[in-house]
Amino acid sequence: MFDIIGKRFQFFLISGIVILIGIISLLTVGLKPGIEFSSGSLLTVDFEQDVEQSQLKQELADLGYPNVIIQHTGAGDFLIRTPELSSDAKAQLEEGLEARFGSLTEPEFSSVSPMIATETVRTAFIAVAVAAVGILLYVTWAFRRMPRPFHYGTCAIIALIHDAAVALGVFSILGGILNWQVNLMFITGILAVIGYSVNNTVVIFDRIRENLRMDMSVNFEVVVNNSLVETLGRSINTSLTTLIVVLALLFFVGVSIQNLVAVLIIGIIAGTFSSVCIAPSLLVVWDRGEWGRFVRWLPIAAVKARK
Amino acid sequence: MPRKNTIVLLIILALFAFAISALVYPLWGREAMRLGLDLQGGIHMVYLADFSDIEPGKETEAIDGAVAVIERRINILGVTEPVIQKQGADRILVELPGISETERAKRLIGQTALLEFRELVISEGDEEEWIPATATVNGQEKELNSSYFKENTYVTTGDFGEVLLLFEWNSEGSQLSGEITGRLIGEPLGIFLSGEPLLGDDGEPIAPIVRSRITDRGQIEGLSLNEATELSELLNAGRIPLPLTPIYDQTVSPILGADFIEMSIKAGIIGIILVMLFMIAYYRLSGVLACLALLFYGTLVLALFKLIPVTLTLAGLGGFILSIGMAVDANVLIFERMKEEIRTGRTLGAGIEAGFNRAWTAIRDSNVTTIIVCIILIWVGNTVVGGATVMGFAVTLLIGVLASMFTAIVVTRTLLRLFVGTRLSRKTSLFSVSVGKSDV
Repeated sequence: MFDIIGKRFQFFLISGIVILIGIISLLTVGLKPGIEFSSGSLLTVDFEQDVEQSQLKQELADLGYPNVIIQHTGAGDFLIRTPELSSDAKAQLEEGLEARFGSLTEPEFSSVSPMIATETVRTAFIAVAVAAVGILLYVTWAFRRMPRPFHYGTCAIIALIHDAAVALGVFSILGGILNWQVNLMFITGILAVIGYSVNNTVVIFDRIRENLRMDMSVNFEVVVNNSLVETLGRSINTSLTTLIVVLALLFFVGVSIQNLVAVLIIGIIAGTFSSVCIAPSLLVVWDRGEWGRFVRWLPIAAVKARK
Repeated sequence: MPRKNTIVLLIILALFAFAISALVYPLWGREAMRLGLDLQGGIHMVYLADFSDIEPGKETEAIDGAVAVIERRINILGVTEPVIQKQGADRILVELPGISETERAKRLIGQTALLEFRELVISEGDEEEWIPATATVNGQEKELNSSYFKENTYVTTGDFGEVLLLFEWNSEGSQLSGEITGRLIGEPLGIFLSGEPLLGDDGEPIAPIVRSRITDRGQIEGLSLNEATELSELLNAGRIPLPLTPIYDQTVSPILGADFIEMSIKAGIIGIILVMLFMIAYYRLSGVLACLALLFYGTLVLALFKLIPVTLTLAGLGGFILSIGMAVDANVLIFERMKEEIRTGRTLGAGIEAGFNRAWTAIRDSNVTTIIVCIILIWVGNTVVGGATVMGFAVTLLIGVLASMFTAIVVTRTLLRLFVGTRLSRKTSLFSVSVGKSDV
């Protein structure tokens, strides 16, 4: 018999460390906003001959674009992020590159003005806020017949914030290494992860509700752990089937929706972990009034971790 | 029960047959899947109108005029399903799916298509300068330009095979032209397109010497046949009454789109096969039934995409493929529950019913959150300029989640019930319940 709840503080520690690393990366490397959020132009360029990224960067600087972000996506294929290009400037840029590196094709081009970018940022913020509130209300409502519905709602939301934080942090690290930028697909991925994460948590909470209804006298911690173990097969299998298809997407579809796919992969893993190890543990912590103990325990754990 | 189950099974089979035929044959006028810009290539542009030169109160008229002119210009290109829409008070959305001549299309839409006639003067610094040729008509000084053309310009070849663009002045243009050409006999008259000198086939600016007073009609010589034809069509389509600046531009070549479709299909097929193998390996006969349900699910969802119709984008295909992984979730919930019930000593039949009944609340509650997120994302996709990708993902995921609830609850259960009371049902190991070996 697995004792997941008994190891709750170890799980909190693991999550804490991952999120801490993510926060450090967010504060130092940060997230690079894509053109949808900060305006600019994005060109996909395929050179017929093989071109070195450093050569391309140099040539672009010579053409008057010193601060471009370049992402190498295949042999001779690049994503180039520049400030907003007018059609004349774009034509000049292409001519310059062709003169230096030979013929090229440009399968994709997008350009976003600051006005549109501002609107998109605002919409994205509203969407994330509405999603969080909507899910909190829903979870509270779904557990309205439980003794403490607010506890369940709050724990589900903490698990959700946990998953979003992990996804943001890991993405920031990936972005730093691979020059990935945050675009609308990233936000879509984060929201999908939020929905997915709560989905898992709700299934486990649902089992707790059912088991509690059968016998209210049993120790809460035992009921929670039993419910977890009973649903463990489902939690893992569902995550596996979802991961399988997302990995298929990653390997076959590639760059164009890489943000969405990367966020989904991180989110599915984090979401499964948080649904199984974090959210139910928090319920127990809350039920037993361990918050104080938890807070006192944190510095000790931090010291241990440092050693 | 068995009789009712047979009827449900027949309905399911009929629905399956309907879904397949809807995919294979055109139905309700839907010939093929509707593909988004990123999958079939094309242009998505948003233009911002500049009202600074428009009289107050005439803004709506001006922008409606611009939309009409753009529509006529797009017709020159022969795009099959163009979208040209006014958005809000001052924006125009132009969507040209499937177009390959993207640069030409942007040139056609973007330019004001105003031909101006200018005269050469010597400025103070002793330099030659082209200034707009003006004359006074009805007490007002006016510039001579193509807004006084009748919309019946055409291209022809002259006696020596030279390309000629012929135009006629309207009555006001006729007076203006008469005044100006009368004044400039022997002098050059420069022709400018959207503020730039109009270049001939030889790369030189076109600036003919005025030989006589012109009142009714004129001709422009020196353009190549293609340029002359395009210009003539533009002039006939009319002038956009106000400056338009592109504020959003997404251009995808059709070749890239074809690659994406192929890659997505590959990802989808491999994803489905792996999920099926997993389900069969883990849940055995139940898994096989879940796979049948999954096939039904995939066909039904694709048929819905075609019939509704849903505009498929790359992210939308991603949402669909993701929903395949999530679609088995309801099955997994039910099978796990069945396993538990059978382990407590119930028969297969009782196990199935109890499994489905108890799993239902979890299936419902857990899917509601995904539905909430999908609805919010659909709102985002509708609100944001260029939100088609978000929209595509959210719509396909939403349809997927709803359909998966249906297939898990109705299809899998009906298939499982077929085994109740048969000899197979006593071999519960077929349904992945291994006696003695407990997972817990």
